[in-house]
Amino acid sequence: MNAILLSLIQAVAVLLGITLLAAGLTFAERRLLGFWQDRLGPNRVGWQGTLQIVADMIKIFFKQDWTPPFADKIIFTAAPIIVLTTVVLAFAVIPLGPFAGIMPNLNIGLLFFLGMTSLSVYGVILAGWSSNSKFALLGGMRAAAQTISYEVFMGLAVVGVVMLTGSFNLETIVAAQTRLWFVIPQFFGFLPFLIAGIAEAHRLPFDLPEGENELGAGFHTEYSSMKFGMFFIGEYASIVLISSITVVLYFGGWHGPLLPPAVWFALKIGAFIAFFILLRAALPRPRYDQLMSYGWKLMLPLTIANLAITGALMLAGIE
Amino acid sequence: MFIISAIRTLWLTFLHLFHKTETVQYPEQKPYLAPRYRGRIVLTRDPDGEERCVSCYLCAAVCPCDCISLQKSAAPDQWTPEHFRINFSRCIFCGFCEEACPTSAIQLIPDFEMSEISRQSLVYEKEHLLIAGTGKVPDYNFYRIAGVATPGKPKGAALNESPPVDPRGLLP
Repeated sequence: MNAILLSLIQAVAVLLGITLLAAGLTFAERRLLGFWQDRLGPNRVGWQGTLQIVADMIKIFFKQDWTPPFADKIIFTAAPIIVLTTVVLAFAVIPLGPFAGIMPNLNIGLLFFLGMTSLSVYGVILAGWSSNSKFALLGGMRAAAQTISYEVFMGLAVVGVVMLTGSFNLETIVAAQTRLWFVIPQFFGFLPFLIAGIAEAHRLPFDLPEGENELGAGFHTEYSSMKFGMFFIGEYASIVLISSITVVLYFGGWHGPLLPPAVWFALKIGAFIAFFILLRAALPRPRYDQLMSYGWKLMLPLTIANLAITGALMLAGIE
Repeated sequence: MFIISAIRTLWLTFLHLFHKTETVQYPEQKPYLAPRYRGRIVLTRDPDGEERCVSCYLCAAVCPCDCISLQKSAAPDQWTPEHFRINFSRCIFCGFCEEACPTSAIQLIPDFEMSEISRQSLVYEKEHLLIAGTGKVPDYNFYRIAGVATPGKPKGAALNESPPVDPRGLLP
């Protein structure tokens, strides 16, 4: 009984924490982008603009929740729910600290994460499809093609880590990194994984499904109010998710000297989130065919080579 | 090659975190406006305190967005406008009216803080537009230079104006 209650409390805390963090990220991103563009960003509402989130939330809740008459109503409503749910579900397997997390001990934790990120693509594709408008459909199609091609080497990239630890259990993977973070032996697995993660989260420079300048807003062109808000929160939550899974797989999870584990984990995640925002501030969006050829002609061979070399070294008995 | 350039771009953008921001925090911190900045439109008076506008309609004619409306007074020998109205919700502050004005009556000043709640309050009447001073042209009085006869100044009495010539007096 007590164990159930404890994990329930933990689940609610994680859910609330993720949603609030994702909402806070909208503000953090705008401030950081501002500084990187020699501006100040929003700094009016509350101290240094911190209440901007509340203002935005009130605004988005009171907007008209409009479903276009030409859209497929059920799927149109389900799509943002799928996106947010799958992203939040994937947090269940992330070890937040030595004994924290909802279910960090799941023996297929990594597979669960990969499955959930793959499912979240359905939300995007269904959104583009059910909107029944050209821009939304184009965005959804791009999302499908992009995610399939980037997921291929995302899965292959993490296999290197799995080979080194011999486990899909994320807690075991973190425990295996007490001596050496996997980013050093698995650097050429880390690089494709991070790039595929950016593509999974639809972040610039891989935000072609949205592509504001050519597709309006891409797959969520027809969405308004809180349905759009769910896409928005889902996108920011997936940034947090990709950052935390990168930290867990390649940067030693909560391990670190002096500071308590939770602080180390938060610091590492924060650094990755800032990096994601920096990418948006600095890099232009590639052309669609460039995106595809980076994925299939550069990243996929790189991951396969990394996999082969890792396997060869393990066979030869070198760590 | 693009990877190197992307990393360089990331680094250079990151360094902007330590640069000075360009933002002017407007209501507390006013931006510098050039003396010739074109903002709100005013109607000036001549050094004697009379209205300079002579209702020539040139400003209304040149206005590209038709935001100026005026009507010459019906009384004889009375050149000032009966009404003079500028709709600032349409004005684009191009300054063409100032350039067209032959008497320097209409002038643009560096004030732009004229936000209103309702659009109707952006329609300025003559009493809102008229200012007490002479604006950018301090010593200019149209009627002292122009050849037109006004009460107290017959023909030929204007500055630099020679007395009127009777063409018939030149006949043999």
